[in-house]
Amino acid sequence: MALEICNASVIYPAQAGRPPVEALSNINLHVDEHDFVVALGASGCGKSTLLNLIAGFLSPSSGKIVLDGSDVAGPGADRSVVFQKHALLPWLNVRDNVAFGLKLQGKGSAADAVAARFIALLGLSGFEKSPVYALSGGMQQRVGIARALTCDPKILLMDEPLGALDALTRERAQELILKIWKDTGKTVFLITHSVEEALFMGTKLIVMSPRPGRITYRFDLPFSRRFLDGVPARQVKASREFIELREEVLRIIFADEEQVA
Amino acid sequence: MTDQSTMAPHLRKPRTSLFSTFSRARATRPGETYGVPGQGNTTWLSVATILALIFVWWAVTATGLVKPLFVPSPQSIVQKFVDVWVNGFTGAPLWQHILISTARVFGAFLLACAIGIPLGLAMGMSPIMRGIFDPPIEIYRPVPPLAYLPLMIIWFGIGETSKVLLIFLSVFAPIALGARAGVRSAAIEQIHAAYSFGASRWQVLRHVILPSAMPEILTAMRIGIGFGWTTLVAAEMVAATKGIGYMVLSASQFLQTSTVIMGIFVIAAIAYAFDLLMRFLERRLVPWKGKM
Repeated sequence: MALEICNASVIYPAQAGRPPVEALSNINLHVDEHDFVVALGASGCGKSTLLNLIAGFLSPSSGKIVLDGSDVAGPGADRSVVFQKHALLPWLNVRDNVAFGLKLQGKGSAADAVAARFIALLGLSGFEKSPVYALSGGMQQRVGIARALTCDPKILLMDEPLGALDALTRERAQELILKIWKDTGKTVFLITHSVEEALFMGTKLIVMSPRPGRITYRFDLPFSRRFLDGVPARQVKASREFIELREEVLRIIFADEEQVA
Repeated sequence: MTDQSTMAPHLRKPRTSLFSTFSRARATRPGETYGVPGQGNTTWLSVATILALIFVWWAVTATGLVKPLFVPSPQSIVQKFVDVWVNGFTGAPLWQHILISTARVFGAFLLACAIGIPLGLAMGMSPIMRGIFDPPIEIYRPVPPLAYLPLMIIWFGIGETSKVLLIFLSVFAPIALGARAGVRSAAIEQIHAAYSFGASRWQVLRHVILPSAMPEILTAMRIGIGFGWTTLVAAEMVAATKGIGYMVLSASQFLQTSTVIMGIFVIAAIAYAFDLLMRFLERRLVPWKGKM
């Protein structure tokens, strides 16, 4: 399986007194199976637009998105999305939220068993019957991830999934997502504006710049593999290599900011 | 040491004059939040107000300050209730009046729900439906039912149809508009997530938009049935021989003030009981309201 984005551009048409806005300019991206691609950039760089393209919520003004040989023409269960917040259904309990995708697809008979598996995988056992609005932010996000995984997507799209969590919960959640990525062998596309998160989690990093939104730098990253091979997360993040790359990426992003300002 | 100035601030007697409410507030005690507008329990004050009103009512009638023709005493209202319950009013027992009025209001209410909720949802979902149905609803909605009551009679006669239809029209608009507004309650993330799990448009409507709209629909139903009771008396002006509204109207023509007031209390009691029932349903059906 591979995701291929070829020369994709998104141009929002001119509005009263404003010229057209080029949200994404000529994006090329190749994602292999089992890749963990992280898109990083300041707000307004088009990373959410890029995710919307892959998810099929938005069609590009030019260029195309191809998943497994077929063009992406709309949203579908092979590209489940995890949002930052507000995406769970408060009238359903944890189990029914997790099983929601499968029930929509008419796989209701298998839904409970599959849901139980991912509830256990995300450490939510014992909370199956809890209402989701009674859970902490971190647990709600785990429900959102479990729900997306039950659909067995070819690529899991995550739109700043940890952005609303506090710093400590966030680090735990990063580690959990990496372990699940290893266990399930999923392909992941994740958006973040935290440099440390991007470096720690991704196997491939794309750094994006605004006006027009474009990919300016690409890095291959070794850090998540090190963590999954048993090196403690803090030790990975405190290594000289990690810190040097972090500073380099920060310099790139700040340089963008200054250019704009 | 009982000098107030040396005690910890929270042990001082709080100033509760009206003026202090508008001057800068003190720090709150643990368990309360500073600066929340209008916080505090009102139950006792409400009970006291009702008792005070009844007392004043009783006082002005018992002292003969106001003649019974204008304001009958509280006891005489209770007596009248018992009297009409036992002996009936214009040949029909009170429970029949209550039953027929309730049937008219609920019939109209159920009809308004059955048509108004689907139509409101359709208006929320489709610009075509909104374009077609928005003008007629918005035009007739602010018109008082009494104004189109003559039309109802001309078109539908003086039977049950025009009565129920009049109540229906007053209930229908708030319910349809509530359902329409409810469509907007679903977060775009909830809708996008459902589509990304392979949902069809119909499934998104059924499993995301409709449940999200439930709180607003229930609120609209509560407001709607309130309008229904408001219109009841107008509806029973039309050649009715039974009903609470009819009872109030015909009693007023014979200056039976105690029957009028008793009827008003009966309507208020039924409407309030139904409101409590709707609030109970709201807590049971949408316990998640406002929590996410």
